Amino acid sequence: MDFFDRFAVPHPSLAIYASMAAIGLTIIAVIAGLTYFKKWGYLWREWLTTVDHKRIGIMYLLSALLMLFRGGVDAIMMRAQLAVPENTLLDAQHYNEIFTTHGIVMILFMAMPFIMFFMNFVVPLQIGARDVAFPRLNALSFWLFFMGAMLFNISFVVGGSPDAGWTSYFPLAGTEFSESVGNNYYMIAIQIAGIGTLMTGINFITTILKMRAPGMTLMKMPMFTWSALIANVIIVFAFPVLAVLLAMGTLDRQFGTHFFTMDNGGMDMLWANIFWVWGHPEVYILILPAFGIYSEVISTFARRNLYGYKSMVGSMVIISLLSFLVWAHHFFTMGQGAFTNSIFSITTMAIAVPTGVKIFNWLLTLRKGKIVFTTPMLYSMLFIPLFTLGGVTGVMLAMSAADYQYHNTMFLVAHFHNVIIPGVVYAMLAGLHYYWPKMFGFMLNEKIGKWTAWLLSIGFILAFMPMYVSGLDGQARRMYTYSEAAGFGLMNMISFVGAAIMAIGFVLIVYNIYYSTRYESRDISNDPWDARTLEWSTHTPVPEYNFAILPDVRSNEALWDAKKNGHVLFKGEYQKIHMPNNSGIPFIMSCIFFVWGFSFVFSLWIPVILTTIGIFVCMALRSFEQDHGRYISVKEIEETETNLRGA
Amino acid sequence: MHKKGINVALFSVFLTIITLLAGCEPLLVLDPKGPQAERQASDILLSIGVMSVIVLVVFALLVYMLVKYRASKQRADYEPPHIEGNLWVEVVMVGIPVIIVAFLSYVSVQSNYIVEAKPKGYEDKEPLVVYASSSNWKWHFSYPEEGIETVNYLYIPTDRPLEFKLYSYGPITSFWIPQLGGQKYAMGDHVTTLHLAADVPGEFMGRNANFSGKGFAENTFNVTAMSQEDFDDWVKEVKETAKPITEKKFEELLEPGHLGQQTYTGTHLEFSPAPAGHDHSEESSETPETETQTESHTGHEGMSH
Repeated sequence: MDFFDRFAVPHPSLAIYASMAAIGLTIIAVIAGLTYFKKWGYLWREWLTTVDHKRIGIMYLLSALLMLFRGGVDAIMMRAQLAVPENTLLDAQHYNEIFTTHGIVMILFMAMPFIMFFMNFVVPLQIGARDVAFPRLNALSFWLFFMGAMLFNISFVVGGSPDAGWTSYFPLAGTEFSESVGNNYYMIAIQIAGIGTLMTGINFITTILKMRAPGMTLMKMPMFTWSALIANVIIVFAFPVLAVLLAMGTLDRQFGTHFFTMDNGGMDMLWANIFWVWGHPEVYILILPAFGIYSEVISTFARRNLYGYKSMVGSMVIISLLSFLVWAHHFFTMGQGAFTNSIFSITTMAIAVPTGVKIFNWLLTLRKGKIVFTTPMLYSMLFIPLFTLGGVTGVMLAMSAADYQYHNTMFLVAHFHNVIIPGVVYAMLAGLHYYWPKMFGFMLNEKIGKWTAWLLSIGFILAFMPMYVSGLDGQARRMYTYSEAAGFGLMNMISFVGAAIMAIGFVLIVYNIYYSTRYESRDISNDPWDARTLEWSTHTPVPEYNFAILPDVRSNEALWDAKKNGHVLFKGEYQKIHMPNNSGIPFIMSCIFFVWGFSFVFSLWIPVILTTIGIFVCMALRSFEQDHGRYISVKEIEETETNLRGA
Repeated sequence: MHKKGINVALFSVFLTIITLLAGCEPLLVLDPKGPQAERQASDILLSIGVMSVIVLVVFALLVYMLVKYRASKQRADYEPPHIEGNLWVEVVMVGIPVIIVAFLSYVSVQSNYIVEAKPKGYEDKEPLVVYASSSNWKWHFSYPEEGIETVNYLYIPTDRPLEFKLYSYGPITSFWIPQLGGQKYAMGDHVTTLHLAADVPGEFMGRNANFSGKGFAENTFNVTAMSQEDFDDWVKEVKETAKPITEKKFEELLEPGHLGQQTYTGTHLEFSPAPAGHDHSEESSETPETETQTESHTGHEGMSH
């Protein structure tokens, strides 16, 4: 009985039993549906074993959207709990679990895969490549991320959820103060997903550096590819830090070491330091690709080339370097003294300069343009003012003496949502609408899209602006309730209304996908937005090999040059194309990883040993495999091309 | 309609913030009652001012671009030109932010040294040292000079610098009295120092601002500032009426939970001294001895459960 107690829900409530039932029913429905429509074979052949970067991208997108709602429900519950003083909707423990998982889910399991979706789907097309450098590794990256996310998500219903905040500061996250397996999930699930991300980083650096089309020098790469390259360089430097940190945390929690404990020489601040050495660059891993997407969207719909291409690239390089030099601003109040605080205060504020350069470049791109207000453009235009607000409050926070008053308050919460939502989430949504036709061959409805953008923005302003005020009025973050006398009631009620409006906005996105799938025209060109970069020179849908003939590139707006200056992109004759074979090993190996992680969380050492062997067996099998891929014949290419051109 | 929408939406946000900040009931942080909080409030207001200018410039530029260069306002055959960039424009784009950041850095560095030192105007006065330690989810205040200890409330004299020695018997916490000054962490393995002072008598809210588990929301304490005479009277009264704090009693107090306000004579520093590890700031003058270190760790183990 004791054995089963460990897996039970340690914190039972109606909401959790309801989600348990929902998860169960969904799984049954999916299995029944697949069997009924006889789609198991299709699922296995076309998706689970795929190594096609476009399909992997779409799977990232689906996971990201799913997690957006998972994290969004957390957000609504939090705002509902705080809407009135002394609310009893949630108890302290439940609230703590919710804000912890909200943070992790949104950053690592929503925003990250969204970025990965864009990198996977867009980068190879944008640089004129046929796939990424290591297609199988790419599949493994996705499946590791996916299994990490799933492992993290079952924590709510099996054994207990992490409850020490998304930053999981020790000693609170240690076994002394947090006995349930919740924080084991944190350590292991993020570890598994993080390994996937690190491999993506290596994969895409190689892809971008080695697989660009003829003529595309570094300074002729489109801006999104540049942003992806720099983000991946940051990944490769930052994620090993996270891996080591999580390993140390695991050792502390499960093997009795004392890295972060208060006795035996442990140092609680060490966790915070290493966490933010990864955590701050992580912010830029998210925001730089978002900047890349804005650059593409703004230049497309201003009908002009991006202003200050070189300074855009330069500013991203500088941001990537500075991102590693500011981590201590997350704990100015840790007592490191005036000198240290001064150094980190200055380096932090310095980031405002390259970021400002980018804002001004976008504004100057609009100048003398011919601005068309499509949904992606609307998101980008709402981004500029809202993100500027977030940026300037960031400078305010960087003033360390004043930060003593902002630290750990709702002011801080307002600030980082003010940069992450308009900065990252809007870019994701702009990009989603922008690339949707390339993925699926029809547009998302523009009218619903614009309504969504406005609703999200109004909701956003209502939800987060009051937090600046209540923060300055002394409301600390992560409090599950407050007294009537504290006077935070009004501001929190406005926040709740805003959050509810945002929720409607996100539901509208799903409705838009449903509506457009049913009613939008399939009769669209390969280049419906009249865009400027190579990804739009492919057919819709994009054939497996992307480009029948590799493009000849002359500038960072290759397609635009081809359209306006009569430059011929695709010269020469068809030749057979080498493509990688599908493989089941990434999926199978990740499933084993899932079991490994689950066993590790519950310290079931025999399954851990068995699955570890299983993982190595998978790797060994791969290394003995004689798989040299396959060739697509000229005849096949001709047929595909004729079909696509005819359509 | 869109540009107008953006314009109106953003402007109203801006107005809301300004009116709320200047509203009838001053926000705690912007209603300082001591020199440190005053410096912080003036930094905050200064930065809001400077940042408002930047925000307005960006908004104005955006609105101008969107109004002037909309496709619907232009000839159908208008072809936007290809413009790479302009050295002088970019020098201005970098130069102005650099100047602003340099100015704010200068202010920030100055403020750092001010809030980390004895409060301005109190340099010649002897500080009152209070050891403030947290345990799940309480605050213990030891007045070594007066030989008394309180739980969850703090009496302080006005017109005298206060030197708080912060540490924790549990997770990292953050000691914060918004109207007297910004917060600082209290941790298990070493002591941090926070300098504050109260200019006027009054009641202030104090709390732990760093998430520390289930009881975090209620992890608050009341601060009462009074004249030195009243403070002395209070100390005298405590000494006459309160019970002494014993090691056993203190162990009980450390058990996780919420307690009301309590008062004791003597301090727990006598049998459970403040930690002395990982010292790297101003308190390094007291060289820690191995013996004290072991002792303080015994104290920690006493509270594990």
